[in-house]
Amino acid sequence: MDILTVRDLKKSFSTQKAVDAVSFTLGKGSIFGLLGPNGAGKTSLIRMITGIFYPDEGEILFEGRPFHPENDILHIGYMPEERGLYKKMKIGEQAVYLAQLKGLSRQEATRKVKEWFVKFEMQSWWNKKVEDLSKGMGQKLQFVITVLHAPRLIILDEPFSGLDPVNSNLIKDEIYQLARNGSTIIFSTHRMEQVEEICDHIILMNKGRKILDGSVTSVKQQFKENLFSVGLEGMAGSPEELTAAGAAFDVMGTRAGQLIVKIREGYRSNDVLEYFIRQGRCITGFSEILPSLNDIFIKLVEGTPLARQFQPVEG
Amino acid sequence: MNKIWLITKREYLTRVRNKTFLLSTFLLPLMIVLFIAGSILLSLQGKTRHRIAVIDANGYFKEYLKSDSSISFDFSAGLDTLNYGQNGCTAVLIIPLLKEDQRTVVRLKYKKQLGLAGVSDLESRIDHAITDHLIFEKTSISRAKLDSIRTSSDIASLQSFEDNGKTARASSQGLAYGIGYASGLLIYILTFIYGAAVMRGVMEEKTNRIAEVIVSSVRPFQLMMGKITGIGAVGLTQFLLWIFLIVGLAVVAQGLIPRDTWNEVQQIQQASAMGNASAAKAGEAAQQIFKVKSALDTANWGLILFCFLFYFIGGYLFYSSLFAAVGSAVNEDPQEAQSLMLPITMPVIFSFIVMSIAVQDPGGSLATWASIIPFSSPIVMMARIPFGVPGTVAWWQLGLSMLLLVLGFLSTVWLAGKIYRTGILLYGKKATWKTMWKWAFKS
Repeated sequence: MDILTVRDLKKSFSTQKAVDAVSFTLGKGSIFGLLGPNGAGKTSLIRMITGIFYPDEGEILFEGRPFHPENDILHIGYMPEERGLYKKMKIGEQAVYLAQLKGLSRQEATRKVKEWFVKFEMQSWWNKKVEDLSKGMGQKLQFVITVLHAPRLIILDEPFSGLDPVNSNLIKDEIYQLARNGSTIIFSTHRMEQVEEICDHIILMNKGRKILDGSVTSVKQQFKENLFSVGLEGMAGSPEELTAAGAAFDVMGTRAGQLIVKIREGYRSNDVLEYFIRQGRCITGFSEILPSLNDIFIKLVEGTPLARQFQPVEG
Repeated sequence: MNKIWLITKREYLTRVRNKTFLLSTFLLPLMIVLFIAGSILLSLQGKTRHRIAVIDANGYFKEYLKSDSSISFDFSAGLDTLNYGQNGCTAVLIIPLLKEDQRTVVRLKYKKQLGLAGVSDLESRIDHAITDHLIFEKTSISRAKLDSIRTSSDIASLQSFEDNGKTARASSQGLAYGIGYASGLLIYILTFIYGAAVMRGVMEEKTNRIAEVIVSSVRPFQLMMGKITGIGAVGLTQFLLWIFLIVGLAVVAQGLIPRDTWNEVQQIQQASAMGNASAAKAGEAAQQIFKVKSALDTANWGLILFCFLFYFIGGYLFYSSLFAAVGSAVNEDPQEAQSLMLPITMPVIFSFIVMSIAVQDPGGSLATWASIIPFSSPIVMMARIPFGVPGTVAWWQLGLSMLLLVLGFLSTVWLAGKIYRTGILLYGKKATWKTMWKWAFKS
């Protein structure tokens, strides 16, 4: 069953179209990456899904029924990019309070908070104040508060920022666990390597529009450039010579001692292998190079000034 | 509804548990008492004795202008307008020859101001001197006889009653003034204290970024209302604690009065009920207590207390929702809050000024209208009510004022809710009243 369906959603602020006719469907239990440069409309989209904003046009279906913010937000957990907690309030009390706002009774909230605090080894924090916590500790607390009420839809905006590798893994494992237990997770981020690792499905937004939608593998297939890496015993000669000699491919360069070849139109990967076998070369490795999501991302949003910040930093 | 209650509870408990709450509950009344006592003390100490040189062309003023504790007159022959300062005088009064059928200007030259009250005091002394002189000159009455007439004529004392149709109740203008001023001042102070607390609370939630976490669980309006009611409840708690404090102190004070004195007070009370104002048997202390007690009895405490609570709550809701709207529009910069607050603080300060006029002239048209319009009614109406309902304040005025205040706060809460909803999640852009207006009506 689909947990969330968004149809033709539109939202404008004065003259600017923040979200422009976005549609997609989310299957239950999937981990879904919402990508896009800053200002692409991700936050506005999320705010409509969490009932904070009303859409100008379009509709949202939650578990097949029209979205009713008052009731349905109780089944949604949202961790905004800008984390926020009451600095002077005790941590245990605060977690219980926020869980109560999500509709849990006081006893139930207290029990759940204790459970999660044990799980994340946070028991000793109960009477501390948020201002006494480090940034990473605050992140963990915020995550706990987001998932405490066992929401069916969890929206995480950059959940790993500020976390060390140990705590990142802790949260990552928890995300997998939640998905296995049937929660659906929307994961909004700029960190492409995390998306590749975690998500099953992605949506790419730019300037308020959806420009890409699909599973991670299908997206990669869609944007592949017929690049292969070929491992050979001994040097094969200069790239220019090889390009001139073979008809099936162009040599793009070498990487870590392997040749990078691009198959020409009308040829297949077997033609490349055949060429080297005929040459009597010993092949030690052969694999397709799929584009990273980062490359696809940059390629797609290139030209918008904001996309520049996602290009890899030189050196 | 349940969520507003949860938010209210948190807002209330975090504040009431705070040490500053206890401190301010007991320090604020203390500060008000000290402030009043201090200003009385200063005004007493500030009275300097003026020494005025008099140059009199008529020759008879020396007999009538008598020195006392506030002014001393110096009729020494050598004094003139140039040397009075060297002779220790602060001013010189030049009285030319007065003729009965002609207005003549009497001039006062001073090195040190006498002040408004001092000048009018001096003027009436001069008038009296002339009257006395003319009485002696035109009649054959002796000076001693005139003085004795003056003292023995002071036998009537004015007691005012408020006419309610069926019953007339004794009233005390002084007490009404005191209660009116005090309750107006209190509402004025509380509006600012709690309004600012609401604004700071909203700003805190916005800058902490917890607002977004919370509005993904509750409607922004619920968050705003919870905050307003929570802080309002803190205010009411504080007010009730003050009432207990005052009543408790009064009980303790009564306990300190000896039983005999108390019996005497009751005797005077019975005597006065029969129309015999002064019971000769009672002692000085009992007389004083009776005076205070009967003055206090003139006030309609039940109505005053009810109205105070009503106008406190109404005024608080009216203004605190506006303060919440401002808080939601402000980014981190407190300077921004200052300029956005101005349109809210202006009417409050204006009400306070009208209030100080209203206690002097509670039936005047400025006071009447200001006590009906919701912007100023919480402060101004409280200044008028102690002077009597339905005497000074007609029932229709009170009813209309209350109705308008309810409508007023419903509309400010509604308006603030719309501004708040947009403002609380908007960062970076500096808001103006114009943009806030847009949020309220165009989104």
